[in-house]
Amino acid sequence: MIFNSLGVVGRPITRKKMLTIEAKNVDFYYSDYHALKNINIEVEKNKVIALIGPSGCGKSTFLRILNRMNDLIPGTRMTGTVLVEGEDIYAPNVHVDELRKQVGMVFQKPNPFPKSIFENVAYGLRVNGIKDKEYIEQRVIESIKSAALWDEVKDKLKKSAFALSGGQQQRLCIARALAISPKVVLMDEPASALDPISTAKIEDLIYELKKDYTIIIVTHNMQQASRVSDKTGYFYLGEMIEFDDTTKIFTNPQQISTQNYVTGRFG
Amino acid sequence: MTPIVSAKRNDKNKRWSQAIAFTIFKLMSYSVVAILILILGFIISKGIGVISWDFLTKAPEDGMTKGGIFPAIVGTLCLVAGSSLFSFPIGIMSGIYMNEYASGSKIATFIRIMTNNLSGVPSVVFGLFGMSLFVNTMKFGDSILAGSLTLGLLSLPLVIRTTEESLKAIENSYREGSLALGATKLQTIRKVVLPMAFPNIITGLILSIGRVSGETAPILFTVAAYFLPKLPTSIFDQVMALPYHLYVISTSGTDIEASRGIAYGTALVLIVIVLLVNILATSLRSYFSKKVKTN
Repeated sequence: MIFNSLGVVGRPITRKKMLTIEAKNVDFYYSDYHALKNINIEVEKNKVIALIGPSGCGKSTFLRILNRMNDLIPGTRMTGTVLVEGEDIYAPNVHVDELRKQVGMVFQKPNPFPKSIFENVAYGLRVNGIKDKEYIEQRVIESIKSAALWDEVKDKLKKSAFALSGGQQQRLCIARALAISPKVVLMDEPASALDPISTAKIEDLIYELKKDYTIIIVTHNMQQASRVSDKTGYFYLGEMIEFDDTTKIFTNPQQISTQNYVTGRFG
Repeated sequence: MTPIVSAKRNDKNKRWSQAIAFTIFKLMSYSVVAILILILGFIISKGIGVISWDFLTKAPEDGMTKGGIFPAIVGTLCLVAGSSLFSFPIGIMSGIYMNEYASGSKIATFIRIMTNNLSGVPSVVFGLFGMSLFVNTMKFGDSILAGSLTLGLLSLPLVIRTTEESLKAIENSYREGSLALGATKLQTIRKVVLPMAFPNIITGLILSIGRVSGETAPILFTVAAYFLPKLPTSIFDQVMALPYHLYVISTSGTDIEASRGIAYGTALVLIVIVLLVNILATSLRSYFSKKVKTN
């Protein structure tokens, strides 16, 4: 008899490592519309997972389930379990703001606040009650460096974030998300609104960030997915058709639908 | 006629009707400016002769035919301050509730319908209501308190609507960005949304001040006095007020003809106060707009 971490008696469970994110039998509804059908995913620590598929197939919806951003939309409903580091994030006594400190998000369109560059990155720290000026300054600088933005903004930290270019703003948003040291960073098509050079910079960034964070990225760009991710999930019409190592998905997919999509026959 | 010829004639017709339409639009716009200039010019030319330092700082003398309007100026300022104290906090908080917490819900729709109806109530009815509730039932008597509360009720719908519209104009992406960092809804409102909406909210507040300073009917019933020898010392005092003063010396004073100049002077002062308030609003607004962009 073995007690697992939930204190339940059961058979011995051998796990290679603790899963950072686990989704089990997740179904999601926008009112009557069945947007996600029986999604099952396991995400290991410090891996990059890419979610690909045509528009409107549920990738962003699924991403937003992981930090409960869908709670903001009225009329939505979810069944199934989502665990972050073993904990059910939809349990009744969960504090959503605590969850979001652990699971951060970068949005498709850069959305810096109308504040200075420094204050944008410091925002997450401040709203979490951190008052130590030196610590804030240190974290802000570290995060901006992690986001590969430091050289471009180091002498204008007090300038408005709006003065930056689109690619710089998006890297600022990444720095802002990193500042609070989340375990997971969710990225919803982070480079789709940006020029190719910014896109390349952000892809390099993701590859670097993998060392310290677990990353899940939704992307329309298949080359991007194959470049940066360890595993890829292919979504089609609300179902996850296939979820496997990236190299397998792109060179030897098991499902016809996957094969058709990655070879560009549709979508 | 060949198709080309009739097409050309059609072209010419189109160009003519466009030219005529735009000319009419232009004339209408200019006429609005012209009307404003006419009114201002009229009041200024008839009232400027009366304006002097004494006029602004002394009390009326000789049955309102001489002297100044200082008590009325003080009274109007008191009422503006009092009604703002009442309507601004309540109005802004209601607006925040309706857009940030209850947006789209039935209760918000209900409140909005009620608020719109409230704004349609004639100001004289507000005056009667104020008299009945504040002056009589609650026994405040004819007082600054009763007048402020009545005027506050009058301007409440405007403040609520302005706040709601200003908040609605802030894109959701900013709220999402804040919430995704672990901020609570209240923190998001305080630190991101409200500062961004502030310039527009201020404009609405200033507009309500402008409206309140000129309202005559509500204060008729609740606070205004024809003549008071002393300035008010408590909120339970009566007070003189510019719009009422203007009305009373133009229609039922002791010597209407002799007071006519003073009436125009009063109107001029009232307009200048509203103008100054608007200028203050615009500068505050651009100050806050700049602050929002760089903070």
